[in-house]
Amino acid sequence: MPAVQETIDQVRSIDVDQYKYGFETEVEMEKAPKGLSEDVIRFISAKKGEPEWMLAWRLDAYKRWLTMTEPNWARVSYDKIDYNDIYYYAAPKNNPAPKSLDEVDPEILKTYEKLGIPLREQEILAGVEPSRRVAVDAVFDSVSVATTFKEELAKAGVIFMPISEAIREYPDLVRQYLGSVVPVTDNFFATLNTAVFTDGSFVYIPPGVRCPMELSTYFRINEKNTGQFERTLIIADKGSYVSYLEGCTAPKRDENQLHAAVVELIALDDAEIKYSTVQNWYPGDAEGRGGIYNFVTKRGDCRGKNSVITWTQVETGSAITWKYPSCILRGDNSRGEFYSIAVSNGMQQVDSGTKMIHLGKNTTSRIISKGIAAGKSENTYRGLVSAHRKATGARNFTNCDSLLIGNQCGAHTVPYIESKNASAVFEHEATTSKISEDQMFYCQQRGLSEEEATALIVNGFVKDVLQQLPMEFAVEAQKLISISLEGSVG
Amino acid sequence: MLEIKNLVVQIEDKRILNGLNLTVNKGEIAAIMGPNGSGKSTLSYVIAGKEDYEVLDGEIILDGQNLLEMEPDQRAAAGVFLAFQYPLEIPGVASMTFLKAAMNAQRKARGQDELTTPDFIKRVNAAAAKLEIPKDMLKRALNVGFSGGEKKRMEILQMALLEPTFCILDETDSGLDIDALRIVSEGVNALRSPDRAFLVITHYQRLLNHIVPDTVHVMSAGRIVKTGGKELALELEANGYADYRETEAA
Ligand SMILES: Nc1ncnc2c1ncn2[C@@H]1O[C@H](COP(=O)(O)OP(=O)(O)OP(=O)(O)O)[C@@H](O)[C@H]1O
Ligand SMILES: [Mg+2]
Repeated sequence: MPAVQETIDQVRSIDVDQYKYGFETEVEMEKAPKGLSEDVIRFISAKKGEPEWMLAWRLDAYKRWLTMTEPNWARVSYDKIDYNDIYYYAAPKNNPAPKSLDEVDPEILKTYEKLGIPLREQEILAGVEPSRRVAVDAVFDSVSVATTFKEELAKAGVIFMPISEAIREYPDLVRQYLGSVVPVTDNFFATLNTAVFTDGSFVYIPPGVRCPMELSTYFRINEKNTGQFERTLIIADKGSYVSYLEGCTAPKRDENQLHAAVVELIALDDAEIKYSTVQNWYPGDAEGRGGIYNFVTKRGDCRGKNSVITWTQVETGSAITWKYPSCILRGDNSRGEFYSIAVSNGMQQVDSGTKMIHLGKNTTSRIISKGIAAGKSENTYRGLVSAHRKATGARNFTNCDSLLIGNQCGAHTVPYIESKNASAVFEHEATTSKISEDQMFYCQQRGLSEEEATALIVNGFVKDVLQQLPMEFAVEAQKLISISLEGSVG
Repeated sequence: MLEIKNLVVQIEDKRILNGLNLTVNKGEIAAIMGPNGSGKSTLSYVIAGKEDYEVLDGEIILDGQNLLEMEPDQRAAAGVFLAFQYPLEIPGVASMTFLKAAMNAQRKARGQDELTTPDFIKRVNAAAAKLEIPKDMLKRALNVGFSGGEKKRMEILQMALLEPTFCILDETDSGLDIDALRIVSEGVNALRSPDRAFLVITHYQRLLNHIVPDTVHVMSAGRIVKTGGKELALELEANGYADYRETEAA
């Protein structure tokens, strides 16, 4: 794998301060008043120019949320969150709706440039950034600031736009599908998101269309004390295909910040959705100060026969990760896949996994999870595989491997299996291993430094999952993993 | 080239090397023989820089450099290579990937450019062919599921590619069948050069028929107790270690 050397270079080039996206952007912001109330929700809805039904939906969710309690079953611990000490809306002034990149605040453009995210279509098309023809929706705090390649995608009939715009322009489509996979009261954080979500991406691929390029959204939390509540909805109509990638970063701050997103995927007959995430929210410092609380609900509905949904995630950031991208295998012969690399270092806490709910006949699912724990972190895989009474011929294969670096971290595997159909076949494998001192010495004897040796062994460990990512992202992800583990040895 | 003076080493309060002295010159092949548990592998680990061993006294100088002050990877870059008695398995990392990472790491440490991929592949294929290592093996995870003999061949392949100046072979002959012993020995002999020295640890005279040593040292209870020419190995083969066995130093 040629990227190993790049990984090594990358690791070399970093100094003590390993989170390189921790800078802050100076830009004038407009915010909703602090705290959560009906008025704040009305404020958000008005800012977005939403129709009445959307406001009603939000207010209903808010009422229900007030009666709910925060879940506490995950293996994570944190101080109580004061939901009234958060800003629920923050947007750069002069926004929304810049018509072209020229209208976007140059400071914001610079931010994305620093993050290595290509927003300038012309330059990409002119070959300044070869081969990276990826359409990007860039979400900065509560609003989308730019979406690229919109026209080219429109030619193929693909709709790719901020969800706030889609609510105005394609209300029927949005209304038909929004909340149809993750119901309003699904869980505490999803309900909160329904009440206050600000932006995110909307994708619709028409029947029989293979989306002509990768789609991606980059989320950036910039503003202090601000939560990010994004909402993403992707619909792959009959016989269509789309590959979508999500990336995220945030500045370093001493206080924790909340990120509670909802992502819904719908695949109709014979459609396929590949959803990849490279999650790199600020993880907090070595003492566990600051960092993002990442409480996310992601669910895909294989609604049609022969449909396929694949979740691939590389999780390296966040102080706390609470995240279970799932598949509802409703259509006969549908397939769900979950490939995950979760890296934790320092004081990070990860509780992540998936749910594969087999409802249709001859549905199959596959789970490959690689957890890497270093420092004083805790890394838990939590997964549910269930077969409904009617799910004749359901099959699942699960493989969960954990790798420990050092002896102050923990790795845990919590599988739940429920089968109500006698013909279901579920297989589960799990291993836990450690990089031994003897292996380290062997590698060092061949000339590799401790960091290089760790990167090499870790790359070997996660290879099966990295192969699932689109090529260029795999290289990025590999670098990211090494950077996250910087300072974990010795 | 290598000079070890009065080396005293212990592990977990157990003394293993007791004032060991050893000199190996450039271009020399030095063999070390000695009873099980006399400290031969320990000596090789201490030269290569393995943690856990506490050096109480003495020094190890390689080409004027004080090895005891260097990290294992720095020692490797300085030319030290250890063919392990028990090579480690590295799951998930293809042998090819490992070889490239190791070669480039050392080149970098020596201020040389990285190898291009075609150049790398050419070198590996040539060296592997000499050692009769099939290409399939190079695609498999390093040493995982390799037979004992295959692991030893892989050690010699790494040695050939890394071009070290001071090579330690710790019982490379054990586990090799007759043909493999010949192939591996030829591989080692091909690396003989006026600028390179070898420390060959073995229990059997047989290996020394293939790799003919300049000097033979007898090690017992953590010390070199006798040094001679290649005929010393024959004498040991005939008489055993009875004459050299010491009661463990207090
Ligand atoms: N980690 C350790 N803890 C305690 N004792 C150790 C440790 N490592 C080595 N020893 C002891 O040190 C002594 C020397 O071991 P070493 O492996 O160097 O011997 P050797 O000469 O290579 O033997 P062999 O010919 O069997 O390979 C042995 O008695 C061994 O048990
Ligand atoms: Mg030994």
